[in-house]
Amino acid sequence: MRRTCFGAVSATLLLLASGCGSGGEQQETADPQEVSGEITFWDTSDATNEAPVFEELVEEFNDTYPQVTVNYENVPFDDAQDNFKTAAQSGEGAPDVMRVDVAWVPEMASLGYLAPLDGTRALQESEDFLETPLSSTRHKGQTYAVPQVTDSLGLLYNKDLLEEAGVDSPPETMEELREAGLTVAEETDADGFYVNASDGFYLLPHYYAHGGDLLDTREKRITVNSDTGVAAVEEVLDLIDSGAAAEPALTDTYATMQTAFKEGEVAMIFNGPWAMEDIRAGSAFSEDLDNMGVAPVPAGPEGQGGPTGGHDYAVYAGSEQLDASYLFTRFMASEESQARIAAELGLLPTRSSVYERDSVAGNHTVSAFTPVVEDAQPGVWIPQSGTLFEPFETEIPAAVSGETTPEQALDAIADRYSSSLPEEWE
Amino acid sequence: MAAPVVIVMAVLIGYPLARGFYLSLTNATEANVARDIGMNDIPASYDFVGADNYLAILTGEVGDFWPRLAWTVVWTVVCVVAHYGLGMALAILLNRPIRGRTAYRVLMVLPWAVPPFVSAFIWRYLYNHEYGVINAALENVGLAPVAWLNDPTVAKLSVIVVNVWLGVPFMMLALLGGLQSIPREYYEAARVDGASSLQRFFHITLPGLRPVSAPVVLLGTIWTFNQFPVIYLVTGGGPGDSTELLVTYAFRMAFQGIRDYGGSAAYGILILALLMVMAFVYQRSLWRGGQAW
Repeated sequence: MRRTCFGAVSATLLLLASGCGSGGEQQETADPQEVSGEITFWDTSDATNEAPVFEELVEEFNDTYPQVTVNYENVPFDDAQDNFKTAAQSGEGAPDVMRVDVAWVPEMASLGYLAPLDGTRALQESEDFLETPLSSTRHKGQTYAVPQVTDSLGLLYNKDLLEEAGVDSPPETMEELREAGLTVAEETDADGFYVNASDGFYLLPHYYAHGGDLLDTREKRITVNSDTGVAAVEEVLDLIDSGAAAEPALTDTYATMQTAFKEGEVAMIFNGPWAMEDIRAGSAFSEDLDNMGVAPVPAGPEGQGGPTGGHDYAVYAGSEQLDASYLFTRFMASEESQARIAAELGLLPTRSSVYERDSVAGNHTVSAFTPVVEDAQPGVWIPQSGTLFEPFETEIPAAVSGETTPEQALDAIADRYSSSLPEEWE
Repeated sequence: MAAPVVIVMAVLIGYPLARGFYLSLTNATEANVARDIGMNDIPASYDFVGADNYLAILTGEVGDFWPRLAWTVVWTVVCVVAHYGLGMALAILLNRPIRGRTAYRVLMVLPWAVPPFVSAFIWRYLYNHEYGVINAALENVGLAPVAWLNDPTVAKLSVIVVNVWLGVPFMMLALLGGLQSIPREYYEAARVDGASSLQRFFHITLPGLRPVSAPVVLLGTIWTFNQFPVIYLVTGGGPGDSTELLVTYAFRMAFQGIRDYGGSAAYGILILALLMVMAFVYQRSLWRGGQAW
């Protein structure tokens, strides 16, 4: 604490007036060029496809603000949250700024790991941010992160295969998805659809199609096993049992789904913009990039939409260089940086102004996913959001292999939820 | 004179163990332990709850303890029996004067020399339902592919195969060492007396191996009981949680979501207690049985 004050004093005396003891308050008028310090940034982006662009941005920052040094580290996404928590608890080795999944923010904020950003340099022109991604950064009335990219699930389809099967347009309803899947399976060598059945995130379009969700945060009710949830899981099982979808592998489901789609062995999957570079490298698309189509996920009787995913920048509450961290966060979330990330990687910006730029609008992933993201449903943002999908991994495979009914599997998930949620939930 | 040993033991083993035991008697989680993170100085707010964590686990309220224990025991027994049996057979084969014996021995040790996580990932790939090498081979000879990791029973067999493959070399090496320490004269004397090869095996080889067998079986049991990487990396405990062992489950409790320090410490202490009882009973039976083999 003392040291935080000390470093900031060297930047400006104004700080004493605004009071660094209140945490988030930092001077706004100081010249950013005067900020100094050395900070560490953990990037969780894909090390081969995405990381080089982020690393270049960091270098650009270092050149623009010579008094600040940012050390770039790429940390595998799967380990990042765990490593961060361990480091933060022990008080050593945590990065100053980190790229976090939208679902991690409320949990990390509730545990006291993140610095509030309201009124700091990090959060500027916040009215420019899209509402759904911005909603992920708030916890108990304060803002703890700045949106980096947003995403959602869309229906990706192999145009050649649909054409070969005589399906003219991508399915718009779950019913049409089933029919198209069956037709593809009959008319071609490929399977129609592949479900990532063991991951709750990928089941959410089916929930939304029936007007349901995992939790009702307003009423504080667990709705994962309600009638809408059962209908959603039954729909998925019916796709598999009827042959409209391939029998999914229950270990490495995601990787198997990706490979099958990339190699043209399945005609349709649900996936997001992060998967596009990988898919385009596959044999079904590398020769003919136009062969892949992107459509919004099919609608059901009660609704339509994919879940909101994406990443935010968060600042570690224990950072000894808060001022430099805020400045860096601002730089990374700026229009310029977002435009570059969008144009080069096809990751979707979180600022509405960025979508208007030609370089961004011209990126095929961005243009394909813009309507998808507009329809995305906001997630359930509570401290436990990061753990909502894990019970699906253990329970849904049993339902897929027929050992339990959808009701039993979902009741088991609801039990897990109720033991991890605070008592006021029912 | 014993002071340095006592100090080292106290620091390296005693303190973590005592701390873990203490945590197992509290409801400490990541959200209520004390932490001082820059601007946020959060005091501890967890309570001493006595045996609550243990009761919750043993009554099955959290953690599926009994089904996990049953599978862990099956897994341990099957793996150790296979390790010992195959290790013994290979050791006897390689103890004979054959050409290229050294080369065989080196090759046999390979699985042991490869880091377990590398082996686990290779096996996971071999087992892949659609793109795995095993299924490709099956399809080549006209057989139906098997969904190795989709069905709980098949998945259990699959992870046992991986662990047997990993564990046999150690047993083989240890037993080979043991075999070479048995004086040849015993076998010659037995042959002169007209003992059959089976009789020689049961009356000379097995008893002669006892000083080696007893500790390696005990070690193998403890290792297998706590075999983390094979399960965690090959199936991730799946499909569902059907291949999850007690240790991988304790890990899940400790590190998934908001970390449950109290509950996972209690789980860990229970695993430790089980292994201590097992080791004690095993040692006693060896000691009491005298010529157990």
